[in-house]
Order: sequence, then structure tokens, then C-alpha cells
Amino acid sequence: MKFLLVEDNSDLAGAIASRLRLDGHVVDNAETLEDAKAFVSTGEYDMILLDIMLPDGDGRTFLKEHRASDLDTPVIVLTARSQVSDRIGSLDLGADDYLTKPFDHAELEARCRAVLRRKSGNARVTIETGGVVFDSVAGSLKVAGEPINLRNRELRLLELFLNAPGQVFSKQKLADRLFSYDDDVSENAIEVYVGRLRKHLEKSDLGITTLRGLGYRLDHAD
Amino acid sequence: MQTDAVVSGSLRNRLVLILIGGAAVLAIFLFFAVRSYAVQVAQRGQDNILLASVTSMLDAAAFRDGVAEVDIPYAAFSMLNTPADDRVFYAIYQDDTFLSGYNDLGLLGENQGGQPSFQTRDYRDTSVREVTASRTLIGADQRTEIQIALAQTQDALADTLDQISRNAALLGLGFFALAVALSIWATQATISPLSRLTNSVTRRGPQDLSPFTKPVPQEMAPLVTSLNSLMGRLDQSLSQSEDFIAEAAHRVRTPLATVRSYAEATLLRVNKEENREAMRSMVKAIDESSRAAGQLLDHAMITFRADHLEREELDLVDLVRDLILRLTPVADMKDLTLDLRGEDTVTYAGDPILLQNALRNMIDNAMKYSPADGAIEISVRSEPVVAVTVSDQGPGFPLDEIETLTARFTRGRNADNTIGSGLGLTIAQDVATAHGGEITLRNREEGGACVILSL
Amino acid sequence: MRYLIALILGFLASTSFAQEWEDQRLFNDGAGGDALRVLSSTDTNLFAPLIEAYVAENPDTAVEYLVTGTADIDGLFREAPERFDVVISSAMDLQLKLANDGFALALDDVAHPEWAEWRNSLFAFTTEPAAIVINTAAFEGLPVPSSRQDLIGLLRDRPDLFAGRVGTYDIRRSGLGYLFATQDSRASETYWRLMEVMGGLDVRLYCCSGDMIDDLTDGTIAVAYNVLGSYAEARVESGERFKILDLSDFETTMMRTALVSKETTQVAEAASFLRAVIAYQSDDASNASPLPTLAQDGDRGAIPLDPATMTFLDSLKRKKFLEEWEDALIQN
Repeated sequence: MKFLLVEDNSDLAGAIASRLRLDGHVVDNAETLEDAKAFVSTGEYDMILLDIMLPDGDGRTFLKEHRASDLDTPVIVLTARSQVSDRIGSLDLGADDYLTKPFDHAELEARCRAVLRRKSGNARVTIETGGVVFDSVAGSLKVAGEPINLRNRELRLLELFLNAPGQVFSKQKLADRLFSYDDDVSENAIEVYVGRLRKHLEKSDLGITTLRGLGYRLDHAD
Repeated sequence: MQTDAVVSGSLRNRLVLILIGGAAVLAIFLFFAVRSYAVQVAQRGQDNILLASVTSMLDAAAFRDGVAEVDIPYAAFSMLNTPADDRVFYAIYQDDTFLSGYNDLGLLGENQGGQPSFQTRDYRDTSVREVTASRTLIGADQRTEIQIALAQTQDALADTLDQISRNAALLGLGFFALAVALSIWATQATISPLSRLTNSVTRRGPQDLSPFTKPVPQEMAPLVTSLNSLMGRLDQSLSQSEDFIAEAAHRVRTPLATVRSYAEATLLRVNKEENREAMRSMVKAIDESSRAAGQLLDHAMITFRADHLEREELDLVDLVRDLILRLTPVADMKDLTLDLRGEDTVTYAGDPILLQNALRNMIDNAMKYSPADGAIEISVRSEPVVAVTVSDQGPGFPLDEIETLTARFTRGRNADNTIGSGLGLTIAQDVATAHGGEITLRNREEGGACVILSL
Repeated sequence: MRYLIALILGFLASTSFAQEWEDQRLFNDGAGGDALRVLSSTDTNLFAPLIEAYVAENPDTAVEYLVTGTADIDGLFREAPERFDVVISSAMDLQLKLANDGFALALDDVAHPEWAEWRNSLFAFTTEPAAIVINTAAFEGLPVPSSRQDLIGLLRDRPDLFAGRVGTYDIRRSGLGYLFATQDSRASETYWRLMEVMGGLDVRLYCCSGDMIDDLTDGTIAVAYNVLGSYAEARVESGERFKILDLSDFETTMMRTALVSKETTQVAEAASFLRAVIAYQSDDASNASPLPTLAQDGDRGAIPLDPATMTFLDSLKRKKFLEEWEDALIQN
């Protein structure tokens, strides 16, 4: 996905951008409203992450103007304030969602997915391999033409494997991606989710291999 | 907070009482002044007639054949006729020797210079006005003094005075009635700018701290000026502290966000378990502090708003539905489902921002304690009272702590591993109290906690 | 029989009061208790119908009617006001002075015209002019005088006819006579000239109107000056041979008055008697009272009930008046 990050704090912008790029996303960073307008007018973005407090104005002004134009790029507001009225205001002005800083990147992704799912018509990124058709935005999986209902953690687990075929994921790494940091996760829980995913993939050419002491890996059957 | 003023007396009553009291004193004074003036005038009238009568009698005194005689003119008594048929008494003396008339009617001690003297006194069991006058007769070889005392009862005078007293009393009463009406009107007119100001203060919304611009009487100008200046300072300090809070939040949260993002990114890259654990702890700490800061600010905001509740008609089900939509992505991440149950529409007049905050805290709490793949049930009902119930399938509340759990900063004993400042339920409780409702905590029979917000 | 009773009562009264009454009569003597004592100057026969009407209405009350001269009444009553309940007199001045001196009881509930009462204690109940009456036989062939001046001229011109045949009150003895004389003197200067003429004709002096009219009737006198009009009218109607002169400059009118003694022991009875007298005299259509009713005559204003009437009662003034009167009238 292609993100436009409107954030004046370069440290934070850098941190968010590097985190997003780790997941394979493309990120442009605008530090002012002026830059943001320039970026929007020249490039096409799947998602705009908008800070509210900017050096040359209020992010909500940009939001208002953006909604008035014919572009319907979804906007998620990032706010450092925690006032409810601020959030309501953002939503009223046309933000698709908001996040309070600091935020969990998993949550950001979940929200992005939810927003994109609500906005139909956008180009979808689908992965087709080994008899599996996977749409990460819609969260849909087809195995041998049969649609399969995935739960959120199963979906994210599959996405991890599909994005890095052949890579070995330790149980700890998987836990860090699937659970929030305040969850008390046992290694057993990862085994449960891997087991479920294996079952979903039974009729495909894909399989999850257990490497004792190391972790799991997605393999083609052939 | 105590908002009822300590009342000591009423300005209106005081003003009315002072004016009416003043009017009463004036009316009584008027009555006595008119009456005493009338008494003087009436008495002078009677005195003048008595004097004219006695003078005409003295004029008729003369020596005849060397003997002093007083030939009382018919008119002398005739002029003393009154509507009340007053009685007339007289006595004629020559050099203090009684000559004629009523011998028991003595002479009054005469004034210096032979001036007639007047006196009101009792005679024959009745009050009379008596005049004594004298005249010296000079004959060929003698001189003698004729003294005449003339007295008249005062029935006509009393009748006149009664009449005048009645009229004076009516005048006084009329004056008093008019003064009372005027007092009430004047008080009303004087108090009304104050009432108007009070009204316009009362009608203001809690957020309206703009100065009063409507014209007020000169005497109220200092009050309004002080009020405006107070509100100006309040407005400034409120917006300053709001700005300060926002600024503080921004300053704290932005670097936290930076650190968190880097920590997360680092976590994905490092493989050494020690480093990963350190990173996890870092992220956990950041989450905890940001959540605590957020809830502290929310709580402060709720405390402020609860004092000036802005109620509006709203549909609680709509509100909950919005909230669920907003929280679904977070719930999804934990494979939790949020189920909305209950009635289709529940109309309630309340503060939407506060209610939303309270419910979000309740659902957040439920999500925090819910096991994976669990369901959180949210139901809205209007009978017997408007209430929202949030139930989870978590471990439930420790039985012995249910009562104290909602106290500020108290956290459940079994929540040691869960991030949270313990303010969530306190916020919900405050919102419920502000709306005249309450929070009820209980454990479900089938397991899990159940929080009920009844309004 | 009635005379006998009157004589006995008179004797009794005279023993207890040492008083000779002109007349004395007890009405409704059957009633128990104390009789209402009425002291009056009016002849019994003129007043009897009123009392009879009263006792008919009030059978429980006896009325003792005592008649004497007006001057006597004043003296008797002043001496012992507790012995009489009602005082009736034609001498307005004396009556007014009684009221002025506090001898009369105020009766607040008697409705009476203002001009006919004084202090709610003295009430007038007749209007009676003083009259000059002539014997028609004696005036045969002479012009009837139409004014006092005419009368003076006539008397002066014919001393032969009138010497010793002119009568008037002895004002030294009669209170009413004194009132008439003083009012006369006030009204016209011709009074003293008339008195002098009458003095020259050797005037006869009377105590009372009744005696004067008796003498006029039998021709002893030809002219009676200042008699009570009511007495004369009564005799004219009964066919006596005399005529009441209507002089243009003679207008003394008297009101007979009544009062209740302040010291009466029978307040209610005395007041009811007085009210009955007033009612009887005011209601002129329903009865034939021998006394004239109370009427306000436009031309001939009665002597007003006001303190001025007491003027001639002043002892100095009275002495002077009587001296002048005697000088004019008693010349021999």
C-alpha cells in the first residue's frame, strides 16, 4: 500500500515510516500542510495518515478541504490529544478513523484494513500462489476455489507467511505479531493458530512446516 | 460543589419595606400635621368670634347716671350661634365685683397690657373656650373697669375637627395607598435590571464565557464589569489550561509514539531473546503510561463537564452502535466479537460525549479481560430504567472487592498483568452519577463480569 | 267630682311644695308607679287632648299635669329639677337658658328639624304668633288699624274711648309677656311710643292671655296687646265678639317648647312623652289639637332658638328694660 504520512515531527515520522516499510508499504512523508497538498495533487495514495497539530495550520482544515475535493482517499487522523471532543470533531469533518499516539502498529493496520474494506472500489492487492487466492484487505481466502472464513489472527498469520515464503518464523516472533504486548501469550497458543491455519490450507499446495527448536515455515508442496 | 447562595434577606422586600414604612410615617405625619393645623385654624375661628362678641358687649358698657351699665347687644350672643348649638356662658364684673351673668364663671388672669386672654378649660362638666377682656370706663369724676368673661362649649369645633380628622385620615390613607403602589412599582422597576441580568447569566450555556454587552443601569455597571472581568479571566485560564493540557499531551505523546514505533520496528529485526524481551517491556511501559495519561485527561474533562451537563436527546442504541463500529478493529485483533443486543431504539436525554466515554471505558475493560475468541455482549434497554449492560466471558470480579472497585485508582486484584490505570470504571461511575444514575458490578452465573450503567 | 280631686291634689301639692298651682290634673290615675310630672304654662284644656292621646297609647303611665306661669316655671324648676320630668313653656328665652345651663336632658334619637330644636334637648312643638285683639263692639264705626302706626294714632286720638280699656301683659310677672315685649322692642322703635301712649291711657296689666281675653270678651277692655294668638283663635272660633288684628309691622312669633329634666328618674317615659307631643303636633291632619302645629312660615320667622334669646335675661339688661317699661307705662 502507498501511504501519505502528514507528520511534522521528523523523528516520529521516520519511526512510523520505517515501521510501515518493514511491512512492505510505500510511505511519503509531508511535514507541512503545504507539502501534503502538493503530494496529494501529484501522487495517488491508498491511505493518508494525518497529524492534527501542524506548524502551518490545523490538520482539520486540510481534512475539510480534502473532503471538499473529489478525491476520496481514506484519512486516518493521528492525534496526540486525548480529548473526546477532538476525536468527534475529526470524525465530523470526514476522517475515516482516528488513532491516539502512541499507537500499536497492529492496530493501525487493522484500522487501515477496516477503512479500506468499507471503501469499495479501491484496487486490491491479491496474492495467488499454490492454489490459494488471498485478499489481505478483504481478509478473504479461497482454497481450490472454495471461500474459507478466517479469523483475524489466522488471517494475519497467513499474511505473514505469504509475504515471506520460505522464511522461518520463531514462535516468539509470531506471538509478537499476533498478540498485543499486554496479552499473556503461551507458546501453546501459537501452536493452536498454526494448527488451525494448516487445516484451512489442507486442500491447497501450501503447507506449514514445523522446524523443531526454530519455528515454522510456509512451503510449497511440490 | 456548593452552588446555592447564602441568602440573607431580600433586596426587593427591604426596598418595599423601607418605602412603605417611609410612606406610613409620612402619612401619619401628614395626618397629624393637617389635623393640628386645622385645630389651630378652627380654634382661631372660635376665638375670633368670642373676641368679637365680648368686644361688642364691652362697647355697650357705659356710665348712666353715674352707674356703670352693660347693655348687652342682641348681636353679641347671636353671633355665637353654631350648627352644634353650643352653650354660652358669660359673667360681667366691675372692678372684680360680680355684676351679672353666671357668677361661678370666673375671670381668667389677664395678660399684660389688658390684652384679652383665651383659655380652654372645664366648666360645668364640659370643656369650654373662655375669653376674658376688659374695658376701663372713665366718667366725670370716676373711673372703673368692666371685665367680661365669655365662654362657649366646643361641640361645633369638635364636629369640625372630627370632619377634618376624617378627611385628613382619608387623605393620609390615600397618600399611603398611592405610596405603596408607587413603592411596589418603583421596586419592580429598580430590581428588574438585576433580574434580567440574573436571567441572562442563568440562561447561558456552560461554555459561554463571553462578556455581557447589554446596557445596564449605572449602579450595576461595576458588578457587570467585575463579572465580565471574572469571566474573562476564567475563560482565559480555562482555555490556557486546555491549551496547556493539549500541549502537554502532544509533547509527551509524540516522543512516546516515536519510541514505540522504533521499539516495535527493532523488535521485528532483532532475534536475540534478551533484546526482544527488553523491547517488549519498553513497549508495554509506553502503552501503560500513555493510557494512564489519556485516562487522567479524560477524567479531568469528565469532572469538568459533569458540573455543566449538556443534555440532548439521543438514541443510546445508535451511540453504542457507533462505538462498536469504532472498536471492532481492536476487537478483531484479539478475535473478540462485540454483540449488540436489546431494544432497537432507546431515547435518552444525556451528554453524548460523556456517555460515549463511559461506555468506551466499559467495553475497553471487557475486552481487556476477555479470553481469546470470546464474545462481549452489549445490551441496551429502557425498562425498568434506561441501562446499558456490558458482559464479558473473563474471570469476573473478585467477590470481596466489588464494592470498592469503582473507587478511584483501584484496580482489581486479578488484573496485575493488564495495562490500565484503574480509572476506567471510575470514569463510568462519574458519568452515571452526573446523569443521576449508577454503575452496578456483578459476576455472571455462567462466568464473566457484568457492568451495568443505569441512568 | 273632677274638681274635687283637683282640689284635693292641689291641697296635697301645696302642702308638700308650698305651691299654688293655676291648675293641676292627674291623668290615667289608675296606673301604678310614679306619675310623670309635667310642668307647663299651657292651660290644661288646651293640652289635655295630647295627654289623653298619650295615656291611651301608654296605659301603664300616669301623667300629672301642673300649670303655672312661665316665670314661676323657671324659678320652680331651677330650684328642684329632680321633681319634674317634663317642662313645657311658651317662654322660649327661659327654656333656652334652662337648656344652656344644663337642666335639659339631650335626647339623641328625636328626629326634629334643626331650626326647631336646640342641642337635641329643647324641642319646639308649636308656632304661635303674638296677637293684637280688639273688641268689635268697641271699635264700631272706627277704622280697623292696619299697622302699629295706625293703632298708635287711633289710641292717641280717642282717649275718651280707650282710657282704662287697653290691656297688655305685666312683663314683670309674665315670662311670656317679657319675651314678647323685648322681641317687640327689638323689632320696632314704635314699641316704646305705643307703650307711652298706652301708659297715658292708664293701661291694665295682666298675668296671662286667658284673663286678658276674658276681659276683652266682656268689654272691660277694647284692645288686648300681645296676647297669645292660639288662645285668641280658640275664642274667635267659639263665636266671641272680637277680632284679631293683622298688622303689617307686627310679627312676633313664638314657639312653645318642651324639655326633659336632666334629673328625671323616668328617662324613657319622659322621652316617650316628649316624642308623643312632637308627633301629635307635627301630624296636623289626623287630629284636631287645640294648639297650633309646628310650621315654618316663610314671612313670619319665629324667634330663633339660639343663645341670643337669652340676651334680655341678663339681670342688668332686664333691670334696665323693666325700668324703661315702667317709665313708659306707669305714669301716675
